Amino acid sequence: MNDEERREIILEYNSHPFNKRTINDGSYIKVNSNNESCIDNINLFIKIDNDIIKDFYFDGEACAITTSATSIMIKSLLGKSIKEALDFITNYENMINELPYNKDLLEEANVYDEIYKQQNRKRCALLPYIGLRKAIEEYKRK
Amino acid sequence: MHREDFEILKTNLIYFDNAATALKPKEVLAKMNEYYNEYSSNVKRGDYDLSYKADTEYENVRTIVKDFIKAHSVKEIAFTSGTTESLNLIINGYFKDKLEVNDEVLLTKAEHASNILPWFKLSKDKGIKINYIPLDNNYEVTLDNVKKAITPNTKVIALAHITNVVGDIRPLKEIIAYAHSLGILVVVDAAQSVPHMAVNVQDLDVDFLAFSAHKMCGPTGVGVLYGKEHLLENMDSLNLGGGMNESFNADGTYLLKYLPNRLEAGTPNIAGVIGLGAAINYLNNMGIDKIADYEKELKTYFINKLSLIPHVNIINKNSHSGIIAFNIEGIFSQDVAFYLNKHHICVRAGNHCAKILKDEIGIANTVRISLYFYNTKEEIDNFINLISDKNKIEKEML
Repeated sequence: MNDEERREIILEYNSHPFNKRTINDGSYIKVNSNNESCIDNINLFIKIDNDIIKDFYFDGEACAITTSATSIMIKSLLGKSIKEALDFITNYENMINELPYNKDLLEEANVYDEIYKQQNRKRCALLPYIGLRKAIEEYKRK
Repeated sequence: MHREDFEILKTNLIYFDNAATALKPKEVLAKMNEYYNEYSSNVKRGDYDLSYKADTEYENVRTIVKDFIKAHSVKEIAFTSGTTESLNLIINGYFKDKLEVNDEVLLTKAEHASNILPWFKLSKDKGIKINYIPLDNNYEVTLDNVKKAITPNTKVIALAHITNVVGDIRPLKEIIAYAHSLGILVVVDAAQSVPHMAVNVQDLDVDFLAFSAHKMCGPTGVGVLYGKEHLLENMDSLNLGGGMNESFNADGTYLLKYLPNRLEAGTPNIAGVIGLGAAINYLNNMGIDKIADYEKELKTYFINKLSLIPHVNIINKNSHSGIIAFNIEGIFSQDVAFYLNKHHICVRAGNHCAKILKDEIGIANTVRISLYFYNTKEEIDNFINLISDKNKIEKEML
């Protein structure tokens, strides 16, 4: 993937986010994720039944990286099991943090494979995954 | 003006984040180095020449500050770690004991976190009430709205002199005169005003005032708490320790020193305070009115150019300080800031610690430019060129 392709995919998801909608339904787990610099601020709405992610939305105000990364995360993990999701998250975090990871597993999320070049953007790319980890922990507690 | 005094400006950097912190001129750094290299020792004792020199320099800054804000006495000037600590000391050291259940404090939704959260905590701990002065169509405070918000229970009004997002200069003198006619005290967060305009605490008749050194070319970690002497006399010493006590005995009795030492426990930020003195001298040499006039000229120039760009929405077109908050249609403020960063321009994106201002302006996040005397029209022209081309922003913001 070259820079131009990366840019196109990210901008497309930024202007047309995937499953961006507010859900007011108690059967969804709602988690907020915002970063320390107090700008990106997203809510995830996730419905998990029998360890399977059945439904997944987000809303909030965030930059192009966070908005697109959240879209891609949701698209990639809809219908997946908790175990698969956790595996995905770990590989994604490794990619962002320049550690060995399974490239094939991440599919479209590979678009952020060079985000480490901009250290101040890493937290934007990681933000939705921090929220998803929180949501899964909450599901496990219930 | 005076760009040659700033080492950091010798690069191609454009620094437009002065409301967050200002750059430091070599005069200030040299004065702090002088302390560390030539008379590094503790203050509030004078048994040897070095410490006598340190103490003299440190106390001399109190006079410099007193003269700068036109206070009545050096007893009214206490050094703190910054505006935040000053406000917390004022609120918890003075008002905590004086306010009772259902007493009201008036704030605005444009205030910085440090002038809101300590009051929230007091409200939780003591049952005082918090009300907000409504802002007008320009998100500014008017005397009329202050009058409308005051009730018989209002005991304090706590306001920024200049707010850090809208950048409006509040009509403090009128507000304070009216408040005093009703026996209401006024606390002023002057973090954004003291560095940029002449502030005369006696003319304003302000009761308490707080500001930071680092926003006025001084070092980080130093601030000033100003309070009228008779109010400070009734202020509790929240921090106790060395340098502020007269004596103490094994039976638990103790005596504290007089103002302002009673408010400065422990070894203070000596180099920082000395740096603050150098910063004030630096600003005085330039002339604070000259700085204010120049910033006004820059701001007008900036707004005139920025308002011609169709995809730019300026939030505070009419405010008089050097602060401009805006958004670019369809682009998140943080993405704009990242784009500008690629062109070595420093701006701030976000809510700027004024997290309930969104209730008033309907927008949570903005790009904020804040000017100082070392900014230039050339820098503004560069900025305008970069912001005019929306395609370029979208192309380069990632």
